[in-house]
Amino acid sequence: MVIDNSSTRLSASQPPLLPGSPAVAVGRRWPITIQSLAKFAAIATVLMAMMPLVVILLGWSSDQTEVWQHLIATQLSTLLRNTVVLGVAVGIGVTLLGVSLAWLTVMYEFPGRRWLDWALMLPMAMPAYVLAFVVLGLFDFAGPLQQGLHALLGDRYSYFDVRHEVTVILVLVLVFYPYVYMLARSAFLSQGSEVMEVARVLGATRREAFFKIALPMAKPAIVAGASLAVMETLADFGTVAIFNYDTFTTAIYKAWFGLFNLQAAAQLASLLLLFVGIALVAEKQSRGKGRFTQSARKQHRFRQRLSPLAAFAATAFCLSILSIAFIVPVLQLLHWVLLEGFEAVDQRYLGLLSRTLILGAIAAFITVSLALLLAFSRRSASAKMRTFYDIGSLGYALPGSVLAVGVMLSFAALDQQLIAPVMEWLGIPSRQMLVGSVLALITAYWVRFLAVANGPVDSSLQQLKTSIPEAARSLGVSGLPLLWIIYLPMLRPGLFTAMVLVFVDVMKEMPATLLLRPYGWDTLAVRIYEMTSEGEWQRASLPALSLILVGLLPVILAVRASARR
Amino acid sequence: MMIPTVRYSLLFSLLFFLLSCGERSADNPAEQSHQAAVDVIEQPELLVYSARKEHLIKPLFDQFTVQTGIPVNYITDKEGPLLARLQAEGDNSPADILMTVDAGNLWQATQIGVLAPTTSTILAANVPANLRDENNHWFALTIRARTIVYSTTKLASGDLSTYEALADSGWSDRLCLRTSKKVYNQSLVATMIAALGEPRAEAVVAGWVANLALDPFSNDTKVMEAIVSGQCDAGIVNTYYYGRLMKSKPELPLALFWPNQQGEGSDGRGVHINVSGAGVTKASKHKQQAQQLIEWLSSPAAQVMLMDLNQEYPVNSSVALNAELASWGEFTADDINVGEAGRLQVQAVKLMDRVGYR
Repeated sequence: MVIDNSSTRLSASQPPLLPGSPAVAVGRRWPITIQSLAKFAAIATVLMAMMPLVVILLGWSSDQTEVWQHLIATQLSTLLRNTVVLGVAVGIGVTLLGVSLAWLTVMYEFPGRRWLDWALMLPMAMPAYVLAFVVLGLFDFAGPLQQGLHALLGDRYSYFDVRHEVTVILVLVLVFYPYVYMLARSAFLSQGSEVMEVARVLGATRREAFFKIALPMAKPAIVAGASLAVMETLADFGTVAIFNYDTFTTAIYKAWFGLFNLQAAAQLASLLLLFVGIALVAEKQSRGKGRFTQSARKQHRFRQRLSPLAAFAATAFCLSILSIAFIVPVLQLLHWVLLEGFEAVDQRYLGLLSRTLILGAIAAFITVSLALLLAFSRRSASAKMRTFYDIGSLGYALPGSVLAVGVMLSFAALDQQLIAPVMEWLGIPSRQMLVGSVLALITAYWVRFLAVANGPVDSSLQQLKTSIPEAARSLGVSGLPLLWIIYLPMLRPGLFTAMVLVFVDVMKEMPATLLLRPYGWDTLAVRIYEMTSEGEWQRASLPALSLILVGLLPVILAVRASARR
Repeated sequence: MMIPTVRYSLLFSLLFFLLSCGERSADNPAEQSHQAAVDVIEQPELLVYSARKEHLIKPLFDQFTVQTGIPVNYITDKEGPLLARLQAEGDNSPADILMTVDAGNLWQATQIGVLAPTTSTILAANVPANLRDENNHWFALTIRARTIVYSTTKLASGDLSTYEALADSGWSDRLCLRTSKKVYNQSLVATMIAALGEPRAEAVVAGWVANLALDPFSNDTKVMEAIVSGQCDAGIVNTYYYGRLMKSKPELPLALFWPNQQGEGSDGRGVHINVSGAGVTKASKHKQQAQQLIEWLSSPAAQVMLMDLNQEYPVNSSVALNAELASWGEFTADDINVGEAGRLQVQAVKLMDRVGYR
C-alpha cells in the first residue's frame, strides 16, 4: 500500500509557517542571502570534485607519444571494442532486468511478491569482484560443477572455459541491476496506479499503457540507474581482471604498473572521462523537455492478480535472478567460511566492522547532502552552469585507483604548497596534515560517489510536484525553513535511496580506501584485498561475507522505510 | 521529523562508540609493547609502506617489536599506489621503509628517488650481491623461483628442458600461462631479454602464445588447476603457489621442474628467480631504526619465519631449507642481478603486447 502522506505531513507542520517573515525580506536584511551562500557552496563543491580530475588532465603536460604509438599498434582497437561492448551490453542488461523486475513487483501480485520486492535489492550489497570470484570458483575447471560432471561422465566429459565475454557481462549485470531496480521501483510506486487506470479506461492496451505512459514517466529514474551501472562498469577493474578481459581500465593499470608511466595512465583515464562526458551530455539532450510530477491526490495501488501460470512464471523469474545474484554466492561464501574456519576472527574484527560502518555512514551523509545542494543549485542555474555542475559527478567513471591517486596528489599539493608554509610561519614543525587523514579518505569517497547520490536525489526532485513549494513560498516560507519543512520530508524516499546506495558503495570501495586510509583504519574491503590479491579467494570468504551482511543493514533500513510509506 | 532525527543520532553515537571500542581494544600489539618499552627507552615508531600482505608481515613485525621495543606500523596497498604516494609526499612522507615484491618495483622505487642508500655490513653479509641494489637502495629478503609445473600423468621430467623449449611447435595447445599483466611474468621476460637478446626473446614468447591451450589466467593457482583438469600439460608458476596448492590437496598429479639447468650459455643460465625486498625511504626520520628492522629481517631467525609463512626461499644462505622447500629439490638459479628485471620491464611489457600475450 503506498500512500503519499506528504500532504498530511505538510498540514501537521503548518503552524510554524504561518505568514510572518516574508522570504524576500531575508535578502534585504542581510547582504548575503541563503541562496547566494548555497550557490557559493555548490560551486566550491564542484571545484573540489574537479581537483583530482584536473590532476589527471595534467598528465597531458608530458609527451607520451611513444606509449600511444605502442598502444595503437598493439591493443587499442581490442580495448575500445571490449569497452564499448561491455558498456552497451551491461547498460541494456541492467535496464531490461531492473525495469522488468520493478514492473512485476509494483504492478502484479504473485506468490512471494511481498518479500521478493525487497529481497531483489539485496544483490546491491554484493561487491562485483566477490560475485566474480564466486562464479569462477563454481564454474571453472576445478569448480564443483565441472568436477561433478567429470566424475559423472568420466573422460567423455569435455571441459568448458567459463572465462568468456558473456560471463563478464552477466556478472556485472547481476551486480549492478539493483541500481535500476531501486530507482525504477520507486518511480513506478510514486506514479500510483491511477495513471495506468486512466490510460486503460481511455482504451489503451496494457502494453500501450506501459510503453506510452508508465515507462516515459519513469525514464529519468531508469536512465539515472542505468548510467550509474554503465559508469561503474567502465571503472571496474576487479571483475575484468579476474576474467582477464582487457578493457580501457586494464590498459590504464598496465600503463601505470607495467610501463611505470602514471602520466600515460592519466592520459588514458582522461579519455575515458571524455567518453563518459559525451555520453552524459547526449543522454541529457535526449531526455527532452517533458516534465512529470506526481499526482496531487493520495495515491493508492491495486496490484493485478496474475493467472496461476503467469504467477508461477513471475515467481520463478524473480527467484532465479535472486538465487544467481545473491543466494548461491552467499551459500558458496558460507561454505568456504566453514572450510577455512574462523581463525581470522580476533578482537580486531570488531574494529574492522565498525570502521567499515562509520566510514560508510559519514560518507553517505556528506555525499547526499552535497548532492542535494547541487540538485537545488542545478534547478535555478543557466544551461552553462548546469553543465558545470554535471562535471562534478564525472569522478564515478574513473577507475578507483586513478581517482584515489588524483585525490592523493591534490591533497599532497595542498599540504606542501599551502599548509606547510603556514605551519612554518606559525613555528609548528611541519608534517603532513591532509594526506593520510580521514578527511582525505572521506573526500575521495564523496568525489567518487557524488554521481550515485545525484541519480535518486535529482530524479525525486524532478518528480516533486512544484505547486507545494510554490504554495509554501506564497505563504512566505523560503530558504532553510522551506528546505527543512517542505523539501526534506517530501524528498525523503529519494534521499534515503541515495544514502543507501552511497553507504553500500563506500563499504565496498577498495582502491581509495587502500591508498588513503590512515594507519589503523583498515576496513573489511581492505581485508578482502589482502586475501584476494594473491588469489587466496577462499580465505577472503569471511570478510566478504561480513561485508555483504553489513551491507544488508542499510538495505534493510531502506526496505523498512519504503514499507512504512 | 523529530523522532527519526533522534533515532539517527542515536545510531550514529552507537557507531562512534563501537568505533572507539575498536580503537581501544588495541588492534596493535606493537602499541602495547610500546607502552612497556617506553619505561626503558623512548623508541620512535616505524611506519612501513608494504605491498606485502598483512598476514605475512605482521607476525614478523610483532616479533621485532618484542625483541627491540621498536613499534612497527604499516600501510598495505599495491606497489603502484604506494610508490605514487611516497613520491607525492616527498620529504614530508611519514614512511620509513618501503617493502614490496618484485625486483622491478624496487628498481622503479630507486629510479623515482624515494629510497635512500643504506650502508650495512650485516646486510652486505646476509644478502648476496645479485639480490640487492648496486648502490644499496634496497635489499632482497626472500627469493621466489618462477619455474615450470607439469602434469605427472601426461609428462615425465625428461620431456622438459628449458623455458625456451616450451615455444617449440610440439607444445601446441599444451601450455597454460598466467596473464602478462602480472609483474612476475614481466620480470621473467625481462631477464629473458637480458639473456637472449630482444629478437630471440620475442620469438620465444610468440611461440608460447601460439602454444597456449587456453586464454591466460588471472593467477598461478588457476594455471595449475587447469593442468590438473587436463586442459594443458605444463605451465609456469611461482613455487610458493605450488606449495600452497599441494598443501591443501597433496594428491594432485603435479610436479615442479627446474629448467635451464644444463647446457651452454642461456640454456644453462638457471631458474628465473625474483625477490621480495625492502629499502629505507629517503624521507625517513628514523633511518637508524629502519635499517635495524631490515637487518633483522635478513637475520636467520626472521628468515626462517619468512620461509615458513609463505614457502619462499631465504636470501640468507646460512638458513637451512625447511622440509617442504627441500623436498622440491635443489636447483641452480639465474645469477643475473635481479634489478635488471626492472631496467628491462618496459621493454618486456611492450614485447608481450606485440606478440599478443594478454
